[in-house]
Formats: sequence, structure tokens, C-alpha cells
Amino acid sequence: MTPAIELAGVSRLFGTLRALDDVSLSIAPGEFFALLGPSGSGKTTCLRLIAGFDRPTRGKVLLDGEDVTDVPPYERSVNTVFQDYALFPHMSVVENVAYGPRVRGVTPSERRRLALEVLELVRLGGLSDRAPSRLSGGQKQRVALARALVNRPKVLLLDEPLGALDLRLREEMQIELKAIQQQIGITFVYVTHDQGEALSMADRVAVFRDGRVEQLDSPRDLYMRPRTAFIARFVGSANVIEGELAKSIAGESRPFAIRPEVIDVLAMTELPPAGALGCEGVLEDIHYHGATSRWHVRTDAGPVLAAVWPESAGAAGAPASGSRVRLAWSRESLVPLEDR
Amino acid sequence: MRAIATFLYGRRGFYLSLLLLPPLLWLGTVYLGSLFALLVQSFYAIDEFTARIVPNLTLATYRQLVSHPANVDIILRTLSMAVAVTLTAAVISFPVANYMARYASPRMKAFFYVGVMVPMWTSYLVKVYAWRLVLAKQGVLSWFVDRLGLAPVLDAALTTPVIGGPSLASSYLGMFVVFVYMWLPFMILPLTAALERVPASLLQASADLGARPAQTFRNVVLPLALPGLAAGSVFTFSLTLGDYIIPSVVGAPGYFIGMMVYQQQGTAGNLPLAAAFSVVPIILIAIYLSLAKRLGAFDAL
Repeated sequence: MTPAIELAGVSRLFGTLRALDDVSLSIAPGEFFALLGPSGSGKTTCLRLIAGFDRPTRGKVLLDGEDVTDVPPYERSVNTVFQDYALFPHMSVVENVAYGPRVRGVTPSERRRLALEVLELVRLGGLSDRAPSRLSGGQKQRVALARALVNRPKVLLLDEPLGALDLRLREEMQIELKAIQQQIGITFVYVTHDQGEALSMADRVAVFRDGRVEQLDSPRDLYMRPRTAFIARFVGSANVIEGELAKSIAGESRPFAIRPEVIDVLAMTELPPAGALGCEGVLEDIHYHGATSRWHVRTDAGPVLAAVWPESAGAAGAPASGSRVRLAWSRESLVPLEDR
Repeated sequence: MRAIATFLYGRRGFYLSLLLLPPLLWLGTVYLGSLFALLVQSFYAIDEFTARIVPNLTLATYRQLVSHPANVDIILRTLSMAVAVTLTAAVISFPVANYMARYASPRMKAFFYVGVMVPMWTSYLVKVYAWRLVLAKQGVLSWFVDRLGLAPVLDAALTTPVIGGPSLASSYLGMFVVFVYMWLPFMILPLTAALERVPASLLQASADLGARPAQTFRNVVLPLALPGLAAGSVFTFSLTLGDYIIPSVVGAPGYFIGMMVYQQQGTAGNLPLAAAFSVVPIILIAIYLSLAKRLGAFDAL
């Protein structure tokens, strides 16, 4: 099958800064694809190249197998949901949504019908004649989505679309976006710096770092099998064990990742299970999150390791802050990382 | 000092009125007051024998203003010039303002701002007289046009009825050039400010949705720049309506509103007619603003 989007050896230089450095990836039709990375990692530059707002310094951008590297945005069948929504302030909601059909020469009555239909899809039917300035953040977000969907693009690009919303609304919109994507079945390319968002929504995730794709995998593989220390920390908030500590625990000096939820925290009086690896340290502080608590233990070798204590384990018998504890985990839960 | 600060801090209304009192007094009495006095003057009668102003309310002055063909000519001439100057200034300013607002690097932008402002630091009279020399029959401009081989074009323009004349310096065309030059900064600056307020993402969104650059300009940039165009055009329009120096130094001998006001209150000593003439620009601007409002120029504010 022809990929919906293909980047072939794409670099984008701003002066001497390499915003994108020889990136190649291909996105399948109908896929929910996330570009994840910290700010300045190149994910937004990547999106702008696909939209056509920018041109690569080197490399090619293909849409549906066709080279569009030099095709302007208004001739690409790609639409974008902007981070700041970019709603036209001098047009009503329905005029905003009907803008795409309007500039393509669709008759006024037909484009109004199209716009109302998409507004229905994003559950904004009743607000069609409002001015954008009189909408809430969540409503603006839906208008921006409707406006981008009305042209029936092959690919929808979303640039941190939920970044400005509060947590509850963001979670609601995540579910809704995913549902809409499955309903209309078009390719979504979703830029975010929130790893939780990327993991929960995407089919595949490309993690960007310093203009390169550090790892491209399904959310589960990213989480369970991070390839580098950066991925382990950024995607899984995992502990990375390296150097002396790695040598003393695993007998190897290469780095390992270990996820906080597989670490058992034991009082000094308890014995670790047979065959378990581990070390000792001082429980430095406890971050309570409700269902779980995150414990930070300063190991005797120096580095701090995070462990997760489930609320269901009960507060009774839990070690107090400042006390000495024993950490234990199985050999299989150590994920070897590339040494670099 | 501290006691005063504490006293004022708790009394916001009193503090604000203290700050606002001097400017409000100035605006209210000196500015609006004199404007009102002017308005009243235009309804006063003038004794035909003694040429004294008699404070009897009458509409005779306005009747004279609109029934005298020469006066109507002056109003129409000034109005046409103001419209032409405003439209031209808007067309010339747009690319400059757009460049300054969207494309110029900070250094280049500063350079352009200074470039636009510097002429305003020079004496207005010096500039007008300089332009008379530039536009003169043997002046720099006709020499340059001649060098470019475009002399026939200039001659054709100068032989055009109404706008032409013996030379640029003594034609309405030349006067128009000077007016446009003088008021250009007043159009560029508000227009730049308006365009700067249009986020780049709006233009990207328009292109993203399939609009060609011309469509983006018509549907997004122009409507959002209208408040700036309206502000700039109020400047160019009203400055042209009221000016009396440029028409008396450059251009054909026909009278303009400003010159009439100057002459009627000075040599002719007919203050009511001078006042009536100066009411004309106020009415024209009011009509212009209400038209602009109806066209939605201020909707995006």
C-alpha cells in the first residue's frame, strides 16, 4: 500500500541550527501517528513541512506517493488544526468552517450545508452563528477541528491541539478525537510533547530528539522496550541505571532501564525474594498521587531511583520517609539500553 | 509622602479623577469649547455695511455656502483631492506596511520606521517649498523623467484637462503628489500596527484550507487591516481637507477649503463664513466614518 505520507531523508536547517536532521519515516493511510518530543526537538518543523508552510533544505516530502516538496499548502490535500486554533476573528463559526469550500468555489448554500454537517460531527451544531471570540477554549478547538475536516483531507495534521485546555477537557477531547478519527478513517498526524497523550491515542509514535527520530514504535513497545536512556526517561519516566551502579547490580557496565512499577520497596527486616536483584538506600521523599505514590530512594551508590507504591497495598507497614529501605526487582525487568 | 500614597491608594476614584482632571479640562474647555464656539459663530449674522458680527442666529451663511457655485466648486475640489490622496496613500502604503509588519527583520523594521518618521521631523514649510522646486518646469523631476525618456508621458499628463497645467508645480497633479508625500507616514504607521496584530497562523490557516495568496489577501488580510486603513484614511482625508499651505504653494490657482477659511477669517474678515467652511470637513469626516462603520471597518477591533 502506498504510504499516506512519506519523508525521505528530510533535513531543515535554520542557519547552522539543524531543526531536522535526515529524517525518514512513512505513515500508513488511516493511521493515528504521533510526533512526540520535547520543545525544539523538530516535531513541529516536521509538521510544517508536511503541511507545506516550510520547505526542506534537503530531502523529499511525498503525499500518497506523489512528490509535493515544492507544492504550496493550498494545493495539498492536507489540513491543519493549529495550536492557537487560528480562527478567523471576523467570521462566525459557520463562516470559519465554510471557508475551505468557499475558496474552492462551492456555492453559498452548499458550503453552509457542508459546514453545518461537520459542526454536527464535533457536536457544535447550536453555536454556528457565534463569533469565535465568544467561544470557550474547548469550543474553539472543535471549530478548528471542524474547519480542518470540512475539506475531507486525506491527512489531518494536529499541532498540539489540546495544549491550551485544562486537564479534564483535554482527556475528554482525547477520547473524542480518537473516536472521530476512527469514524472518518483518515490519517491523523498528531504533534505533542505530552507522552501520555501520545501513548494513549496513537497507533505509532515517532519520538524526536535534537532533530532526529530517536525511536519509532507502537506505544507499548516504546514503553516496554525503550532503546535509549532518553526514551526510557522521556516516554516511560523510567529509572536509568548506568556506570558503577549498573556494574554492581547487573554485573555489566552498560545502561539499563527499570520502570518504577516493577521495583519492590521492602523494609530492612524483610528479605528480598530468591534470585531477585536489588540494592539498599534511604527513602528520601514521597509524592502522593492518589491511586499510587511515587517514592524516591537515594541508593547507597548515589543515584536516586523512583519506585511506585500502589495505594491498594495500604499505608500500614509502609516505610516512613527518611528510613532505610531495600529495593528489589527481577532480572527480567531490566531493559538493556544502547550505550552511547 | 507615604501618608499621601496610602490615602490615594485606597481611593481609586479620587486618584483617577485627580489624574484625569487636567487633560479633561484642556480637552473640554480649550478644545471642545473652541470647537463649539466655532460652530456657534457659523450661525451668526454679519452686518453688510459695517462688516461687524451680530450675534443673531441665522442660516444665511450656510445658504451662501451651498448656493454660491464658487463655494460648491471649492468643496468638491477639496473633496476630490482628499479622496484621491487617501486612495493613493492606501495603495502605496499597503506593500510597505505589509513588509514592515510581516517580513522585515527587527533591524530592517527599525530602519523603515526611522525612514518613515524622519521626514516628519523636518519643517513642513521647507518640505513644501522643496517640492515646488522639485516639481518646477526646469526641476529635478522633469530632468529625471526626461533622462528616462519618459518626457512624452509627463507632457501627456500635463495636457490632461483639470489635473494638468503648464508644469507639475502649477498643476493639480503636482499638488496631489505633494499631498500624498506629506501624509504617507500617517497611513503607513496605523496600517503597519493593524497588520502586526494579524497572527501569521491566520494566513497559514487560510492557505492550508486551499486559498491562493490573492484569496487570502482578499478574505483575511484586507478585512483585518480595515481598522488600520480606516484610521490612516481619517488622517490623510482630514489633513487634506483642512490644509491651506500646500494648495497655496504648489498647484493650480483654484481655491481649497483651508485657503477659504484662512482668507475669510483674515483679509475678508467674514468669520461666520470661515466658520461655516471649517464645519464642512467635520461633516465630511462624520459621513466618511459612518460609511466605514457600515462597511464593517471596525468590526475586527
